[in-house]
Amino acid sequence: MDRQITRQGPVPGADAATRDGAPLDPTGSARAAAGIATTRARGDASRLAALLVLVAVACALPLVLSNFRLFQFTQVFIYAIALLGLNILTGYNGQISLGHGAFYAVGAYTTAIMIDQWNVDYGWTIPVAGLVCFVAGFLFGIPALRLEGLYLALATFALALAVPQILKYFEHWTGGSQGIVLSKPDAPWSLPLSADQWLYFLTLAVLLLLFGLGWNLLRGRTGRAIVAIRDHPIAAEAMGINKALYKSLTFGVSAAYVGVAGALSALVIAFVAPDAFNVFLSITFLVGIVIGGLASVSGALWGALFIQFVPNWAQDISKAAPWAIYGVFLILFMYVMPRGIAGSLRLGWARLARARRGTRSER
Amino acid sequence: MTRRLVTLALILGLGLALVAPVSAQETPGVTKTEIKIGNTNPYSGPASAYGTIGKAIAAYLKKVNDEGGINGRKVDFISYDDGYSPPKTVEMVRRLVEQDEVAFVFQTLGTPTNSAIHKYLNGKKVPHLFVATGATKWGNPKSFPWTMGWQPTYQTEGKIYAAYVLKNVKNAKIGILYQNDDYGKDYVKGFEDGLGAAGRKLVVSRQSYEVTDPTVDSQIVNLKNSGANVFFNVTIPKFAVQAIKKAHDIGWKPLHLLNNVSASVDVVLKPAGIEASKDLITALYLKDPTDPQWKNDQGMKDWLAFMQKYYPEGNTKDAFNVYAYTVGQGLVHVLKQCGNDLSRANVMKQAASIKDLSLPLLLPGIKVNTSPTDFYPIEQEQLAKFDGERWVLFGEIYDARR
Repeated sequence: MDRQITRQGPVPGADAATRDGAPLDPTGSARAAAGIATTRARGDASRLAALLVLVAVACALPLVLSNFRLFQFTQVFIYAIALLGLNILTGYNGQISLGHGAFYAVGAYTTAIMIDQWNVDYGWTIPVAGLVCFVAGFLFGIPALRLEGLYLALATFALALAVPQILKYFEHWTGGSQGIVLSKPDAPWSLPLSADQWLYFLTLAVLLLLFGLGWNLLRGRTGRAIVAIRDHPIAAEAMGINKALYKSLTFGVSAAYVGVAGALSALVIAFVAPDAFNVFLSITFLVGIVIGGLASVSGALWGALFIQFVPNWAQDISKAAPWAIYGVFLILFMYVMPRGIAGSLRLGWARLARARRGTRSER
Repeated sequence: MTRRLVTLALILGLGLALVAPVSAQETPGVTKTEIKIGNTNPYSGPASAYGTIGKAIAAYLKKVNDEGGINGRKVDFISYDDGYSPPKTVEMVRRLVEQDEVAFVFQTLGTPTNSAIHKYLNGKKVPHLFVATGATKWGNPKSFPWTMGWQPTYQTEGKIYAAYVLKNVKNAKIGILYQNDDYGKDYVKGFEDGLGAAGRKLVVSRQSYEVTDPTVDSQIVNLKNSGANVFFNVTIPKFAVQAIKKAHDIGWKPLHLLNNVSASVDVVLKPAGIEASKDLITALYLKDPTDPQWKNDQGMKDWLAFMQKYYPEGNTKDAFNVYAYTVGQGLVHVLKQCGNDLSRANVMKQAASIKDLSLPLLLPGIKVNTSPTDFYPIEQEQLAKFDGERWVLFGEIYDARR
């Protein structure tokens, strides 16, 4: 899943060319290249198998899980989509955003308003929410070009602060602080599924589609350009990358992912209100990508599991100070897995593989 | 490697299967010795000042359990933090209903949070009892027969002020200042409904403010210039202080009706200035724990004893703790009435047939009443005037039903 990263890693300056470039020793080069090719083929096959197993497990979950658990996993998938969106921007492109809760809100409200005011079929509202957020993100990305690092973080933070209040202002459409109540969509084509099961599969399908698209985007030319801008903007420009365009587009794509997640959340929760999209949501997203693993596609899923379940566990452990417990969890994770869950797993996997190779060559 | 992954997935799947729920009994959450009741409260987040309500209810139910429970059953009160975030409320309430299998949900706090679970609970036919919000939409048994409010709604209170003005002020010219959101508009709607078509012409000026505004000074000046002699002040504490001060500073002396939301002596009236706050009128339904006139009141003494024994970290000046104790008593009344039939339908039936129930910390004469068509338990309030030290009750008890 994360081939791009295993090669490039979040280490500045370490791009594919230097790592995969031919070693100096000409005789060794062919052997080494062949070795790399077989390892990669084997790696690809096992990754594909892992992916298929995961999808099979995900599809089987509704058979064993209660509707409530399914609802929680549906939320995990929604968060995962949002986290991948934020990760494309922050992890891969190096632009920090403390305001992606705002795009989540825009996506959710796009869906809610289209269903509530214009009776649009909910299926159509999801791509529209993505599109609206893409445009919003792209436009926000243009002025954001002038801002770097912490300054950009502050500008996006302002976005997160402003959006809930702006939502209250357009009361005619948004229902003000009362919000908009929606109905949960039932399964179409008279499928024998409960509303929760149907939403679970719908979210899973959107997740697979968006993860596939995201993976494809990030492993190719565009992905290399996005990462190059993060690692060395001047070098990237010298190589002919249109930095402004790529940065704005990345912002747009990132916002679109988060918008789709927001749209799905509006359907799953069947209610939107400004209180659901406070600043804390944006911070939660950031926590999710850091814990899950920056610049990692699978990290989005790990991060989503963390932000969905750890607050609940914290509450079960201590009713009096759940957020203190949550803080302890956060620190523990950061201490034990400084590169996020995905980064640590990758490291562990690599060590395991190396150890195994070592024993084999000894024999 | 693949085989190992498959094994891993299988273990994962089995593990998850184990967390799946057990089979349901006849009425979920009810056994011979116990009844499970669910709740959400904002123990963290922007509205965490309300969290004391959940804690005080839990403390009160512990006292009930210590005294033998209700009809031999102990109450297992499960309260989760929702941080005032509607999606979290949905998750927590689904957890309560589907996983913890509570008999019903009680006193979930907040208007947007309750809106998010309104349809769900009614769809599941789980009682959504005595919700902790002043919005008006909770008493709608026709469309939502499983949801019931508790406290007087903002509209109820607005109607009471209107009745007072119509009865007592000749040639009234009314100026209104309200917060431009659902809370403010609910108050204004109740007030104008109470005035009636003819009375509505008495309103000479309506001024609004946004919760983000820095001050309401210009609105107060506008109201004075409109020639109003009655001022209906629908503001939250921060703006209530400003409004009272400004009106006093510019020498505007109308009949000043202050909404109950900002009736706190310590938080609003003292900061605004005792001189400026004198003769303000508000509507009350609970006994104020800081009011010396209840010092020897048996209900208040019992409450203080309860606070000391079961909730010593709680603030005995905080009216929210009085509120929680009272609504806890309302719950106990309903459960007692249910007898041995704790089915969800019977819980709603008993909640909808409360007749003239007096509770020790409601103002004398105020009674809880419900019927199958009336899902607003408390609809009476009494007016009180600030004498420079405390709220002095006066006049009759107003009943918004009439």
